[in-house]
Amino acid sequence: MSGHGNDSRGNGEAGLIKLENVSKIYSTGTFGGKAITAIRDVSFEVQPGEVMSVIGESGSGKSTIGKMILRLSPITQGVIRFGGTDISTLKRKALKEYRREVQGVFQDPFSSYNPIFKADRVFSMIKSEFFPGMSGPEWRNKIGLALEAVTLDPTQVLNKYPHQLSGGQLQRLLIARALLLDIQFLVADEIISMLDASTRIDVLNLLADLKGRGLGIMFITHDLSLGNYISEKTVILRRGLIVEMGATGKVFGNPTHPYTKMLLASVPQLHRKWEEIADELKVSETVLLDREAAAKKAYETVSEILAPDADDSVLVETEPDHLVRFSPEEAREIEPAALAGKTA
Amino acid sequence: MSLQIENLKVYYRTLAGDVQALDGVTFDIADGEIMGLAGESGCGKSTLGNSLISLTGRMRYVEGTVTLDSTELPIWDFGDMNHHRFKDLSIIPQYAMSALNPTRKIGRMTGELLESRGMKHKEFIPELKRRFELVGLSEDVLGMYPIELSGGMKQRVVMVVSTLLDPSLLIADEITSALDVSTQKAVAEMLVEFRERGFVKSMIVITHDISILYQVADTILVMYAGKLAEKASAETIINSPRHPYTRLLISSLPEVGVTYSGKRLTGIAGTPPALLHPPEGCRFRDRCPFAYEKCLEEPPFVEVDPGHFTACWKEI
Ligand SMILES: Nc1ncnc2c1ncn2[C@@H]1O[C@H](COP(=O)(O)OP(=O)(O)OP(=O)(O)O)[C@@H](O)[C@H]1O
Ligand SMILES: Nc1ncnc2c1ncn2[C@@H]1O[C@H](COP(=O)(O)OP(=O)(O)OP(=O)(O)O)[C@@H](O)[C@H]1O
Ligand code: SF4
Ligand SMILES: [Mg+2]
Ligand SMILES: [Mg+2]
Repeated sequence: MSGHGNDSRGNGEAGLIKLENVSKIYSTGTFGGKAITAIRDVSFEVQPGEVMSVIGESGSGKSTIGKMILRLSPITQGVIRFGGTDISTLKRKALKEYRREVQGVFQDPFSSYNPIFKADRVFSMIKSEFFPGMSGPEWRNKIGLALEAVTLDPTQVLNKYPHQLSGGQLQRLLIARALLLDIQFLVADEIISMLDASTRIDVLNLLADLKGRGLGIMFITHDLSLGNYISEKTVILRRGLIVEMGATGKVFGNPTHPYTKMLLASVPQLHRKWEEIADELKVSETVLLDREAAAKKAYETVSEILAPDADDSVLVETEPDHLVRFSPEEAREIEPAALAGKTA
Repeated sequence: MSLQIENLKVYYRTLAGDVQALDGVTFDIADGEIMGLAGESGCGKSTLGNSLISLTGRMRYVEGTVTLDSTELPIWDFGDMNHHRFKDLSIIPQYAMSALNPTRKIGRMTGELLESRGMKHKEFIPELKRRFELVGLSEDVLGMYPIELSGGMKQRVVMVVSTLLDPSLLIADEITSALDVSTQKAVAEMLVEFRERGFVKSMIVITHDISILYQVADTILVMYAGKLAEKASAETIINSPRHPYTRLLISSLPEVGVTYSGKRLTGIAGTPPALLHPPEGCRFRDRCPFAYEKCLEEPPFVEVDPGHFTACWKEI
């Protein structure tokens, strides 16, 4: 893809995938009268060979971002660029080309397969759509390479029905399918959640190999430990709004937004108890409301316990590679200069 | 001792033969103990939990005894178990949340459940409301349909209803798996709170997520392919496990609070054996890096340290 960037911020590099002030409003209700703002003013970019985790609770808008990138759902406001090109302008041939390069794999591997067909039918569908002219031997060779990349033994997985394969094998087949195309960017939406602990790490390591080959990956998850393991960048999403983002080590190592802290304090860790973590993160009493009080109000998610970020809140760069959302007043106190320049 | 299980075997009848899903397990649970039950998908966790409550469908009792508070449970006799079910021991089945009938209001479902156990619904309403309030549910919930409740609320309803008669043992099967991190934490902590309040004496908490168990369980029992691999205090299982399977499992879990920067964890190569015709000897043999000739024989599940049991020839 060409790298010429018509970059609105004018900071040179266009990035592989770049979101510029993207918003998404779903209209629902009988006459489309009800509007749900699923994504609000989201901007980030992913470079080749980079994994970006998008972390947030159910309904925070993670999948919506993925679907917009994959052109499965229109963008209400803002622009998504792929190598500099506004993807909403892509038509016919260019769009088909885009679909070769940008692919998605989703949560439930079982639902991507039809139980009455052999699992490798997902490959032949790609052949008829994208490689109708390719010869049999050439195609088999291509499949062999893709399976090798996901460490699957062809004799174990080809010619089998979905129920004869494990969740991890099915999920890896789907990734192999994406690799048959000249894929440069992968949207991986909760692809680990359904897998057993002993196979999870294989799929994660597979993603790490792919990024080593220059692929850009958007890794959507609500599991913070997976995000921490695999990604160099992290976006924390809450109610469609980015509340914190930056280098993974900084977001996890120095969590600053109360929501990020709450999420981290809720993760069950293997070697430390919840109480210790809460102490360490200094999650304040008012935020970590005692459970009974929270339960009395029937709060369901942290989002509901914490006050929403106001519409005029801003992302401030608190240290290099680390942005945190603050109210304008807080922002002014922290870094008066930041407000002028680095806000989103 | 609250619960004692001796050599329990429960198989599934299939056309191809018996699936040996629970193949001779022996362990105890102390009064007040919250025991976590972990292991990968298909290892027999739900089979173990369900068989203590009711053998249904294709489940076949093969042998073994189950003793709860010094009374042997007739688990092979569905009718006889009616005297114990719900009163002495109760289960929150896996997928209970999604199995709630969408066309029935919560109050009506609760009523039907109580009546089916021969109890007068009306008599229990005040206590039901009191407990709903304790877990942060308003009594309006009784007039609501399942779809109107969030996942965490549904789990709380199911928890309150299943423990209404203060059973001695509660089996909670994957009640946190479909929930968001913060809701998951609230529900897991509520389990402990139920014990503290005396709504239930001991618990078996089933989940594939061993890090949740580290947070709330006193002990953890790890199963592998229909057999017990290891049981010890939660602290010991996480920090000094002895069975190779437990060790590999724990070391393959990514964590927050660790900086990886390129460092790789490794999984466990291979898959568990099919339970239709499981291999002789140690069932972990195919995947075990330490396997040797002896492992062709089945390792017994023995106490290697006080309170620490494991089934591995290398550790005996
Ligand atoms: N097709 C749609 N029509 C209307 N509203 C939608 C649609 N898809 C999503 N939404 C709403 O948009 C918001 C964000 O949904 P989204 O699926 O992106 O969340 P998510 O972060 O992926 O959640 P989960 O973790 O549950 O997958 C939610 O409030 C959801 O109800
Ligand atoms: N009705 C059935 N007929 C035949 N085999 C069955 C039946 N139900 C379960 N099994 C088999 O018994 C074994 C144990 O199943 P069980 O549901 O107890 O596993 P589990 O540990 O609870 O798994 P999960 O984590 O997926 O819930 C599996 O191999 C499963 O395929
Ligand atoms: S008994 Fe043998 S095969 Fe089984 S876990 Fe121990 S060393 Fe490995
Ligand atoms: Mg989603
Ligand atoms: Mg189960």
